[in-house]
Amino acid sequence: MPESRNKFDLAIVGAGVTGASIARVLSAYKLRIAVLEKEADISFGVSKANSGIIHAGFHHKPSSLKAVLEVKGNAMFDGLQKELLFPFKRVGILVTAFSYEEMKAVEKLYDQGIENGVPGLEIVNRDRIIGMEPVLNRDVVGGLYAPTGGIIEPYRFVFALMESAVKNGVSLFRNFEVIKSRKHKTSYTIQAASGETIEARYVVNAAGLYADEVSRLFGAEEFEIIPRKGEEFILDRLAAAFPKHVLFPVPAEHSKGILVIPTVEGTMMIGPTANEIENKEDTATTRENLERVLSLARMMVPAISKMDIITSFAGNRPVLKDNDFYIEASGKAERLIQAAGIQSPGLTASPAIAEYVKGLLEKNGLSLVRREDYDPHITGPTPIRGSSPEEVDLLVGTDPAYGRVVCRCEEVSEKEIKEAINRGHTTLDGIKFYTRAGMGRCQGAFCTYKIIKLLIQELGILPEEITKRGGKSKVILRKL
Amino acid sequence: MKTNVYDAVVIGGGAAGMACACEMDSSGLKVAIVEREETLGGILLQCIHNGFGLHRFKEELTGPEYAERYIEKVENTSLDVFLSTTVVNIANEGEGYCVTGYSGSEGVLLFKTEAVVLAMGCRERNRGNIGIPGTRPSGILTAGLAQRLINMDGLVPGRRIVIAGSGDIGLIMARRLTWTGCEVLGVVEILPYASGITRNIVQCLKDFDIPLYLSHIISRIEGKDRVESVQVTPLQDGKPDISGSFPLECDTILLSVGLIPENELSRKASVKINHETGGAYVDAHYMTSQKGIFACGNVLHVHDIVDFVSEESVTCGRYVHQYVKHSLLDAAQYNVTPGANVKYVIPNSFIREAGRKFYLRSLIVKNDAELKVMLGEQTIIKKKLRHVQPSEMISFVLDNEAFPASLPIGDRMALEVSIH
Amino acid sequence: MSDKNEIICISCPIGCRLQVTKLSEEAVKVEGNRCNRGEAYGREETLRPKRTVTACVRTNSRKIAYAPVKTDKPLLKEYINELLKILYTLDIEVPLRRGEILIHNFKGLDVDVVFTRTVPG
Repeated sequence: MPESRNKFDLAIVGAGVTGASIARVLSAYKLRIAVLEKEADISFGVSKANSGIIHAGFHHKPSSLKAVLEVKGNAMFDGLQKELLFPFKRVGILVTAFSYEEMKAVEKLYDQGIENGVPGLEIVNRDRIIGMEPVLNRDVVGGLYAPTGGIIEPYRFVFALMESAVKNGVSLFRNFEVIKSRKHKTSYTIQAASGETIEARYVVNAAGLYADEVSRLFGAEEFEIIPRKGEEFILDRLAAAFPKHVLFPVPAEHSKGILVIPTVEGTMMIGPTANEIENKEDTATTRENLERVLSLARMMVPAISKMDIITSFAGNRPVLKDNDFYIEASGKAERLIQAAGIQSPGLTASPAIAEYVKGLLEKNGLSLVRREDYDPHITGPTPIRGSSPEEVDLLVGTDPAYGRVVCRCEEVSEKEIKEAINRGHTTLDGIKFYTRAGMGRCQGAFCTYKIIKLLIQELGILPEEITKRGGKSKVILRKL
Repeated sequence: MKTNVYDAVVIGGGAAGMACACEMDSSGLKVAIVEREETLGGILLQCIHNGFGLHRFKEELTGPEYAERYIEKVENTSLDVFLSTTVVNIANEGEGYCVTGYSGSEGVLLFKTEAVVLAMGCRERNRGNIGIPGTRPSGILTAGLAQRLINMDGLVPGRRIVIAGSGDIGLIMARRLTWTGCEVLGVVEILPYASGITRNIVQCLKDFDIPLYLSHIISRIEGKDRVESVQVTPLQDGKPDISGSFPLECDTILLSVGLIPENELSRKASVKINHETGGAYVDAHYMTSQKGIFACGNVLHVHDIVDFVSEESVTCGRYVHQYVKHSLLDAAQYNVTPGANVKYVIPNSFIREAGRKFYLRSLIVKNDAELKVMLGEQTIIKKKLRHVQPSEMISFVLDNEAFPASLPIGDRMALEVSIH
Repeated sequence: MSDKNEIICISCPIGCRLQVTKLSEEAVKVEGNRCNRGEAYGREETLRPKRTVTACVRTNSRKIAYAPVKTDKPLLKEYINELLKILYTLDIEVPLRRGEILIHNFKGLDVDVVFTRTVPG
């Protein structure tokens, strides 16, 4: 590889929603950009395991950076969806109050939301809220309605952002764990654990849970990211308790509480918990939290049944001491922008964060010249789930693989699996997040062997090389 | 989109679907089998162990042999078989049903039919269903998936294995894995007794000195990329006793924690589901709550012996034939209800007709038990059972003689089945 | 020789716990059985324990990569591992028919290994 191919104007450390959003925004300019991801696929960190909610913007104090970027980010999703075709729906958010005191808290949220500039907020009385959401516990006394709130598949959003960025010339490095940096006069040499190096003039630290370590590696500010674990539980798409809106309780001090969420793809989710933990890699679920989440969710929606739970997961929020985002040009390391502490509402705010970071880079001397050939649109395979039989018939005409159903629970065709593989999602989890194969009620018991076969066929690899999510997460240990 | 017209469409080409379809074909109906895999046979094809067919063929067969006998039978009929075709919907069209299937070679296929037979089988319960806490590394899979990978694809998913649940598939896989050169460290069962049959306990565990931890749970899974160990915890009075916990170092966890009838398609067609079985409610003619939709085999209730699946499915096929020919016995149907120590009885209704067979499951383990069938206040059958346990299905036949001569027609009288 | 062994009878679902004492190479004493089948099982299981072996062998078929096989009669337990080792090294040409013999009279024990599935060419 010639030396110049490893030289970039900008390196973004971390391919979560923050890094991908920044990469995509800047891909509209004449810049050589590298995105460095330590995992086998993008969105495998914080962005993979969260509630998938596009918040309306009434939860945070008007003085916070969170509040400003949250409301601004929320408004950008319709435009992004048109260009990037990710699953997103503005189903609206309901905060539910079960006492007079809780109604007082709802009024405060309303005032805060109005001050933040949230459009369409309404306080709703008991009859109205029950009419809007018939699965609610009849003890509800009223609540707050935020029509701009929505739901999204977070990893699909990140995949789409990155696909668009790559289409416009961004270089994505998977399995590139930054372990060392050397500062030069006008650039940094950045070294991965594998030994591979690149050079970049500017750096954005969007390393999520590891933003503190990355900051240290570049000789920038010392701070500490505290992992705050959230456990969530997924319910089958046929669950009787399925709500129309995202249902919130009145928030607690450090979290928005246990929510009942209709996911954009039709399953249902309850959670998340919020516990500060020691180990950033600790994503274990616990029995106690399952019981706790279930009982709290049932207070809002009594029809929620343990029987409907098909799987659980946990993710860790990258939390800073003051709980706000930390997005600034480093005062210690030149040409480095910190984008740290991006926890909730980071997903919602991400499009606005990207614009904000762009401004900071420009202010620090990065010149932005628009590319004439910038294309904001991407295309992908049409999911057969949700398509009409007539549409599927036409799709099969274009490619018979559309007619071969690989995942029966989520109705995913072979075509979609092959597309995922050919777009670089070559682990079982990557394919699952791109297509939903294996996310349904059987959790892959029926489709895993078919996906293994397709991976072998499409990539020409050995069964023993297939992993669940990269690294040592092998699926097949040997042949008979 | 191509449209085909049939008297009956059978969804699923496994043991149930093939037996039911052959029966209907032999009685002259125009029938199609729609199967999502590339071949007929269903899950039997991956069950390469023996023990099938003792009732039906009076000899001990392996799964593939049992399947092939029926596949050959199907080949000698005028049945239309649609392979690699996944049914995605059953729509009620008033005068019958429209079944929609997706196929790679044919595109979208529509089947207009008077009757539909649900024969989709069952799926395995998974980790989420039983809620084992801990991390989510690679190396956690259902016993059935492991069986498929090893027996049909020659791919071995682990080296040191712990099996959660003592269901028969898990036990069979303990032997299979050992015979494949893997080390099975133990089978962990939450109940005080094994879920699988005794023969499998002896031949799949005892033969290899594999420990069976009864009244134990896997309380935690450890490992980041791949499973590294599990924590096994005994139960004291139904509660985990953490002080007795011990770790087992392993790279794989096989789940054999029960089967669930696969009724998502049925639910789309508004078929009423019985929570005890996970399958449809069926009347005396194996017809579901939707007129013209029938169910048989593991999609109706999970069987432990395939021979009974075939038997039940033939019976079902006979009634579908009568339904299509408008010759179903039009007599009053009475409810069949599970009484003491009975989990469920299939079918859920009965009709006064000779040779009606019922299948039921016990809620208790007992030697020298008694099966009692009551009609109102009157005991009409008493039958000695040498041994009952939840994992072994029980059956009995209700003959005409058993009925009192003056069975009041039209009364809402129920048949109650109990075990003592 | 008087090793007392406890084994579970599998002749029926009751699962009697048999105490079997080996008296000589040909004689045993069985206790704890409820019926004659239990005695026969206890004797056979102690003197000549046998199992039907099922496995699968690699084929050159593109569709059915492994063909299932079984022993047509139960095989003495001590020979099982030896048989399995042989089976896993084989490469089988298709087509093959269910019932076709793969290994004839294994080790002179009057046990054949047969295919249990038809694999077309």
